[in-house]
Amino acid sequence: MSWYTIDTWIVIVGVLCAISCALPGCYLLLRQMSMMGDAISHAVLPGLAIAFMVTGSRSSIGMFIGAAVVGVLTAVFTQWISSWGKVDRGASMGIVFTTLFALGLLLIVQAADHVDLDPGCVLYGAIEMTPLDVFTSFTVAGVAIDIPRAAIVLLGVLLLNLIIILAFFKELKIAAFDPELATSLGINAQWMHYLLMTLVAITTVAAFEAVGSIIVIAMLIVPAAIAYLLTDRLWVMLVISAVFAALSAVLGHVSAIGLPHLFGMESTTTSGMMAVVLGVFFIIVWLVSPRQGLLRRQIFGKTVASKEDLMHE
Amino acid sequence: MIPALGNFITEWAGWPEALDVLLLQNYNTRLVVLSTTLLGIASGIIGSFLLLRKRSLMGDALSHACLPGIGLAFIILVAFGGEGKYLPGLLLGALVTGLLGVGMVIAVRNTTRLKDDAAMGVVLSVFFGLGIAIMGLLQKMPGASAAGLEHFIYGKAASMVLSDFGFILTITVIVIAVSMLFLKEFVLLCFDDSFAATSGWSVTLLDMILLLLVAAITVVGLQAVGLILIIAFLITPAAAARFWTDDLRGMLVWAGILGGLSGWIGASVSALLPNLPAGSLIVLVGSGLFLFSMIFGNARGILKRYWKHLKLKRKVGRQHLLRSVFEIIEAELRGESREPVNMAVSVDRLQKHRTWTPKRLHHLIKAASKEDHIESFDAHTLRLSEAGFGEAARTTRNHRLWELYLISYADIAPSHVDRDADSVEHILNPDMVRELEARLLQKESSLAIPRSPHQIEEKGVTP
Repeated sequence: MSWYTIDTWIVIVGVLCAISCALPGCYLLLRQMSMMGDAISHAVLPGLAIAFMVTGSRSSIGMFIGAAVVGVLTAVFTQWISSWGKVDRGASMGIVFTTLFALGLLLIVQAADHVDLDPGCVLYGAIEMTPLDVFTSFTVAGVAIDIPRAAIVLLGVLLLNLIIILAFFKELKIAAFDPELATSLGINAQWMHYLLMTLVAITTVAAFEAVGSIIVIAMLIVPAAIAYLLTDRLWVMLVISAVFAALSAVLGHVSAIGLPHLFGMESTTTSGMMAVVLGVFFIIVWLVSPRQGLLRRQIFGKTVASKEDLMHE
Repeated sequence: MIPALGNFITEWAGWPEALDVLLLQNYNTRLVVLSTTLLGIASGIIGSFLLLRKRSLMGDALSHACLPGIGLAFIILVAFGGEGKYLPGLLLGALVTGLLGVGMVIAVRNTTRLKDDAAMGVVLSVFFGLGIAIMGLLQKMPGASAAGLEHFIYGKAASMVLSDFGFILTITVIVIAVSMLFLKEFVLLCFDDSFAATSGWSVTLLDMILLLLVAAITVVGLQAVGLILIIAFLITPAAAARFWTDDLRGMLVWAGILGGLSGWIGASVSALLPNLPAGSLIVLVGSGLFLFSMIFGNARGILKRYWKHLKLKRKVGRQHLLRSVFEIIEAELRGESREPVNMAVSVDRLQKHRTWTPKRLHHLIKAASKEDHIESFDAHTLRLSEAGFGEAARTTRNHRLWELYLISYADIAPSHVDRDADSVEHILNPDMVRELEARLLQKESSLAIPRSPHQIEEKGVTP
């Protein structure tokens, strides 16, 4: 196993991507809308495909707007089908996202001749290729540094997520735990809901190139789930999820290029291994979490705290 | 967009060939179309149970969790010197990890404070990631060609061969047979699981059988539809079926038909346009059928429900008008302590009685004259016909019976009963009226129109 500059950039892109996803993921998890993250990450595909077709490039601001619109539309369509058609919410979500994904896939395959896009990458991204797309380069102390475009985009989305979460910390928290209380305090819970959906959609699009539309679900949900098993405080949960997300990116890439050597093979997909590392973290925390872990429960009996505990910080 | 569309058109082979494919005349595509249709029927049936059990998205976790199993099975098959792409072997691997995934979802849900949705999200994405990592390894594995395994992700119906068809047929028939065998138990499970539990069936066992059937269908469907979109095969026809029927058996039939239709049309289109992903086409056909059913379904479709709503609204309006006329006549004659008889009432008073706008009242009266309930009507007075007066008496009687029933049996205060009765009486059918009569007979000496249990106030006039 050998380490090049490109590997450093892959890890940086991975870390930025994982942290950007983990933050809105915490709110999805607390609102019991994890599968909405799944739905949105599938559903943004036609938005992306149309943006690719229209602009012919992968670096347009229109792409983010389109994805945000489709992301919100997913939530709206799900709402319509479940209220007008009286269909179970989970099922209506399933219908909406499979339809949009199928449509997006069709568009991408149709456009494959015209736009450089691989249906395989739709699912698990191409984080290994991101350093090749250089945004800007400069020289520091005689060493040329090429900053990949993906790193800039993800950094931007990470900052956006941070700003929104800090600015609306109280509102998002109350809306997540108690929409009725939020309304009585003058916070528009519906508005917070769509704000969150928009953040998830934008983050999904930014992460799309690196980790695709399915691995991104791991980035959204697993760090949040790990953190939820470790703490009862919202801000601690956000920090813990970010730490695990970053660790998964580093270890994911290291194991993707290192682990296969143990079996005499070359290397494997980094995004896949990032999800696997997160899964391993999850299993460890599931077993040994100080308050929620299986071991602790075996010894001391049940200590499941309700989510209301998170309210009282 | 335009060049892409051009692509689409140049690929199109023409209508005669399309008809050949649809009617199973084309030898090359016959098996594919037939097996996808069968698969659609079976997944429609199983999906109905899954939908009623509110476990639709469990299928999503299951199908994603199949991916590492396919990769691992390939490695094991190659390691033992076999043909790596032996379909039953690969699908067995998929089944094992798929069920392991579902088991993990249940374990996480039951032993942590994480809910269903988070447990499914964790399992489906991590298993999928593991699958992608294994696939990544396989591509560079020496001495074995793993090309073609990726078809399980998006589905490639065209890659089916005769032996695959036999396999799919067997599994599909078994799944349908088992679900028919357990039909009664599954119905209980879906509608009343606590009752299923008391009647000697372990809910866990029934859930396990159901999940096993779902897993079998998912795994078999991987080849045709792919693991990302197979969930649509399980959810969409079942959800669409509910718009056509209110009855569970009917729903199973409809779901089978709609699932079969999406498989049949989708696979045919995909046979004609081989460059497009089969799974997507099948899903889009299914979604089209869903949209059609949601709008036009003759049991719960949007149009049907809207029409029913309008009809009820008309009926309610008519009954309100008739009852108001009756109540006014009753009040007029109270002083003379006579039984109400048909007589003309003042339109002005009628309008105040229920705070109707003049326009609305006029509209109601017009509708009532169409039913021959009105004998004469001018700007000041209104007189019901004999039929109209009879109907008015009957409506008023139903209303009072229902009010008395609510007061006697539902503990509703006389001062509130009018509004509560109002929300139900319009849907009373003759059987229910007889039942009310039977119950109230012991309380009331006569079956004539009971007196109103509350003061009838004229709304619009301040009391």
